[in-house]
Amino acid sequence: MNHNALKKTVLHETHVGAGAKMVPFGGWDMPVQYADGIIAEVRAVRSSAGIFDVSHMGRLEFDGPAAGLFLGTVLSANMPAIRVGRSKYNFICNEDGGIIDDVMVYHTGDDRFLLVVNAGNTDVDLEWINPRVSAAKKISDAGLSDANQADFTMTVITDETAMVAIQGPDAVEIVDGLTDGEASNIRRFRIGKAIVAGIAATIARTGYTGEDGFEIIVATADGVRLWLTLADAGAVECGLGARDVLRLEAGLPLHGNDLSTDTNPFEAGFGRFAYFGSPGYVAADALRRISQAEPRRKLIGFKMTGRGIPRSGLKVLSGGDRPNVIGVVTSGTHSPTVDGGIGMGYVEQKYAETGSQIVIDVRGRLVEAEIVDMPFYKRG
Amino acid sequence: MYPDDLKYSTEHEWVRMDGNIAEIGVTVFAQDSLGDVVFIDLPDVGTEIGQFDKFGEIESVKAVSDLFSPVGGKIVATNPGAIENPETVNTDPYGSGWLIKIEVSDPAQLDALMDSETYESTLE
Repeated sequence: MNHNALKKTVLHETHVGAGAKMVPFGGWDMPVQYADGIIAEVRAVRSSAGIFDVSHMGRLEFDGPAAGLFLGTVLSANMPAIRVGRSKYNFICNEDGGIIDDVMVYHTGDDRFLLVVNAGNTDVDLEWINPRVSAAKKISDAGLSDANQADFTMTVITDETAMVAIQGPDAVEIVDGLTDGEASNIRRFRIGKAIVAGIAATIARTGYTGEDGFEIIVATADGVRLWLTLADAGAVECGLGARDVLRLEAGLPLHGNDLSTDTNPFEAGFGRFAYFGSPGYVAADALRRISQAEPRRKLIGFKMTGRGIPRSGLKVLSGGDRPNVIGVVTSGTHSPTVDGGIGMGYVEQKYAETGSQIVIDVRGRLVEAEIVDMPFYKRG
Repeated sequence: MYPDDLKYSTEHEWVRMDGNIAEIGVTVFAQDSLGDVVFIDLPDVGTEIGQFDKFGEIESVKAVSDLFSPVGGKIVATNPGAIENPETVNTDPYGSGWLIKIEVSDPAQLDALMDSETYESTLE
C-alpha cells in the first residue's frame, strides 16, 4: 500500500522520530511498536503505565435536545439510562442484528454526546448514520413528527481533536499529578473535563487494555504536547501491537476479527450490551428475535496447552479421536502476561463449554488447547 | 550487523560454514523486522531439504514467517536453546540464536548466496 495515501495523526512525526515502526491500520499510518518492542510495551502497561495514540479512532459529537433520542435509533444502548458524565459500550447493528461496529457512547453534557468508533469503520458508520440523520430532519420538515425530533446536530470531530490513552496501574496517579488531583475524581467509565498540564481536555476513565486509566481528548494543536508530557511523567510509548495483545488478554473483542456484520452481540457473548427497547431502533426486531433463540455458535476464549500460537483464520477442531471442524479462530497471539498462546474464536454451541479440550489446526499441525473463561488477565 | 565470514540469502537467512556443515540462522534485519520472536518450529534432525526450501516457521507476537534454507542437505542439528528461548534470535542472531545445522550436499550451492556487502546493499 502506498503510505502517502494513508492518513496521519498529529502525532505521526513524533512516532517516526522516536523510532516507531509504522504500519497501515484502518486507513491510517500508525505505530505498531516502538524501539523496545511489543513485549516490553505490554509489560509496561501491566506493571506501570503506557500511552497509545488513538487519534485515528472516529469521534462524532451529537448536540441538541433530540441527540439522545436519535442515538437510540442507531445504538444498542438505553440512552436515557446513561446519565451525564457516564458512558456505555454498545453496538451499531444493522437490520439483521449484524454488528457494523462496536462503539463507546459518552454523555458529555446536557444534550451532548460523544460517540467513539473504530478507525477503520468510521466511514462505514457514517454511511449508516448520515441517511438516518437526514431522514430525521426530513420527517420533521414535512411536519410528520414532532419538530423537536430533528433538534440535534452531528459533527465529526476526529480531525480537530487528538486522543491519547494512558493505561496501567500508575496511569491514574500520573494524570492526577498533571491535573491537581482532578483526574481521580472521575470514576471508572465516567467522563469529565480537566486541565492536563495546562491543556484543556476531556478525559474519560475508559480504555481497551484491562487496566485502569484514561482516554484524553484535546485540540489537535495540543496533541504533541500532551503526548510528550505524559511520556515525561513516566508513561511508556506503546503501539498498536501491544494494544492488540492487551485487549485480547483482557478478553475484549476487536471489530473486523471477533465481531462483524456476520456476527451478532448475543453469540459474541455481549447480549448485556445489546439493548433493543429504544423507540425507532433500527435493529430492535432482529435483536429481540436473536435474544430469544438458542445461539448456533458462541465466541469462546482458549489457551494453548500444546506448542503453538493461534492466529485469526485457523480452524478449530473438536478434541478426541475423530476431530471435526467446529469453528474458527478470530484472534490469537502469544500472551507475555499469561506466557503462552491465547485466542478467541467462534465454535458450535454444543462444543463451547468452559474446560473443553479443543484442537487448533496450526497450518497442518494439530495443537491442543482448552476453552477457558475470559478475561485471560484480570488486574489485581 | 552483517559479519564478513557469513553468506546471506535474499530471504534474510545466514550461513556459517565449518567443513561441510552449514550453521543457519536469521539476520539482524530479519529479527528486527519480525519484532519479538516468541515461537520457532523446526524440523526433526535427519530431515533432508533442498536449497531455498521452507524448513520451518518463526513467529513474532504479531505474525508468522516461513524459514527458508539457504543451502540443501541433511539436517544434523537443531538449536534447543532457540526453541526453548526464542528471544535469543533477537538478542544474538549470529550466535546462540542459530536455528539449524545442515550437512551440505553440494558446496557449489554457496555460490548462489551473497557476501555481507552485497546483502547489506539489498537492504537499502
